[in-house]
Amino acid sequence: MGMTITEKILAAHCGKMRVEPGMLINAGIDLVMCHDVTTTPAIDLLKEHGINKVFDPDKIVVMPDHFIPNKDIKSAEMVRKIRLWAKDNNINAFYDLGRHGVCHALLPEQGHVKAGMTIVGADSHTCTHGAFGAFSTGIGSTDLAAALATGELWFKVPASLLFKLEGELPSGVYAKDLILDIIRRIGVDGALYRAMEFSGSAVDGMDMESRMTICNMAIEAGAKSGIMAPDAVSAAYLKERGIEEQADIQSDADAVYEQRFDIDVAALEPMVAFPDLPSNGRRISDIREKIPLDQVYIGSCTNGRISDLRIAAKILKGQRVANGTRCIVVPASTEIWKQANREGLLDIFAEAGAAVSTPTCGACLGGHMGILAAGERCISTTNRNFTGRMGSPDSEVYLASPATAAASALRGYICDPRPFLEDK
Amino acid sequence: MKAHVYPRNDINTDEIIPARYLNMDREEDLAAHAMEDIDREFYKKVREGDVIIAGENFGCGSSREHAVWALRGAGIRAVIAGSFARIFYRNCINNGFLAIECPGISEQIADASEVLIDLEKGEIRDLAGKRTYRFEPFPAFALEMIRKGGLLNIITKKI
Ligand code: SF4
Repeated sequence: MGMTITEKILAAHCGKMRVEPGMLINAGIDLVMCHDVTTTPAIDLLKEHGINKVFDPDKIVVMPDHFIPNKDIKSAEMVRKIRLWAKDNNINAFYDLGRHGVCHALLPEQGHVKAGMTIVGADSHTCTHGAFGAFSTGIGSTDLAAALATGELWFKVPASLLFKLEGELPSGVYAKDLILDIIRRIGVDGALYRAMEFSGSAVDGMDMESRMTICNMAIEAGAKSGIMAPDAVSAAYLKERGIEEQADIQSDADAVYEQRFDIDVAALEPMVAFPDLPSNGRRISDIREKIPLDQVYIGSCTNGRISDLRIAAKILKGQRVANGTRCIVVPASTEIWKQANREGLLDIFAEAGAAVSTPTCGACLGGHMGILAAGERCISTTNRNFTGRMGSPDSEVYLASPATAAASALRGYICDPRPFLEDK
Repeated sequence: MKAHVYPRNDINTDEIIPARYLNMDREEDLAAHAMEDIDREFYKKVREGDVIIAGENFGCGSSREHAVWALRGAGIRAVIAGSFARIFYRNCINNGFLAIECPGISEQIADASEVLIDLEKGEIRDLAGKRTYRFEPFPAFALEMIRKGGLLNIITKKI
């Protein structure tokens, strides 16, 4: 009997020939990712337990992102604490303001991720990095402290679900629409404790940014991880970052999956997830009511990358954001910001009446820089639309692709982006 | 111990402790805001040793361990739910905090019931209703973690 790519990676990291779903293992960790919110308590926990050394400073990456630029005194203290801690522990990969960005955008962009690795991050969307063929999963602060101290963690080997994505996405339909559709089908706990493995011609045809958008939202179906096998596309992405080699690791043809889903992506439409769950997706053509918007948010670890900004700019170019609607664009990292600037995208946004901010998690989690008041409604390219996610518990968040968000900014209500792309 | 029953599914960590309080991480500071977007009276209602009973997929969303700390700080001793989201479940076990999977209980038990938990037998007794709900007893590794007060107490011994 064969193994899935997830089982192979985990077996290789716990010194076993094979592992099976349900097995409890201790796996070695190749990379530990830390951000401001969850790392400060881990530092305290380490101290309380008298642990004053990390397992390997070169396998640790630290980036403040949630509340930066520091939103208040308390968050300034948090960032100061992790900055000093990183220095004391000789952790060189510290992305301070000026080189900063949202953790899941920075990690691959800066060449920290490759196939075959085990990655843990104290953030639920760490599943993003499965797009490169790594086992990558989100953990809390106690796990983080344990991983930092020992370089290993306990895991229950997950069963895998196979998503065969075939065909080509129609014009105006993007990876975001596809993953929203998958979550609509299986629900917010449809992949609970499982690994979601994506393959098929639609994945083969996608760039790394689209692949990351899909794996990013695996957690929204409850998954432990999302994963895609490495290929020429991921190899080319890594090569640009000076990484010549990556493990050629694939699931066996006779690997065992708990369930298989076949999806024809050519049949998809733009999707909008209604409050308060990412699984409340509706096809744009089924939305008959007019849903006016106070705010449009384009950014985050799901859809704040350069290709997302290019799509939004294409739609916003030469147009104006509707009166009564605010639009905020947040490039997900400093490099993305610089690239968008070089390409003139930031100008296009500003001319359209959108506000461009420095990279931050910011309003994505209701942190700062774009909080919603009671009664306000926002369409957002982020990944969660829970009650109060972007501010007041009496505000509403709708999730969509950057194209749908940009088009809706121009209209001032939720609308189909496809007519805006016709002559472009 | 009194049960605070929230029969809803998918209660997420943004609701258990909203992000606006994540610039703090001490249990006593977080406690006052536990569950406040679901139930403003929560902190006032809870007494030391009480439990929460909820529907499926409790604790979904963000990995913030602050959710566990806020509940524990408020006095909650265990969460009993139809099922748990993965990271929240891990965070509970890693803290030696009880997360008990008991499908269906939230639809049957009345709010404010007095309950007793028997970990060895895998039973929750509803004292007034005299009903017993069964759950799968914890696996050995989780029990060890709960007994020793969490993952870090275990690894500290190993280092
Ligand atoms: S951008 Fe949003 S979802 Fe992504 S890491 Fe930041 S807060 Fe979390």
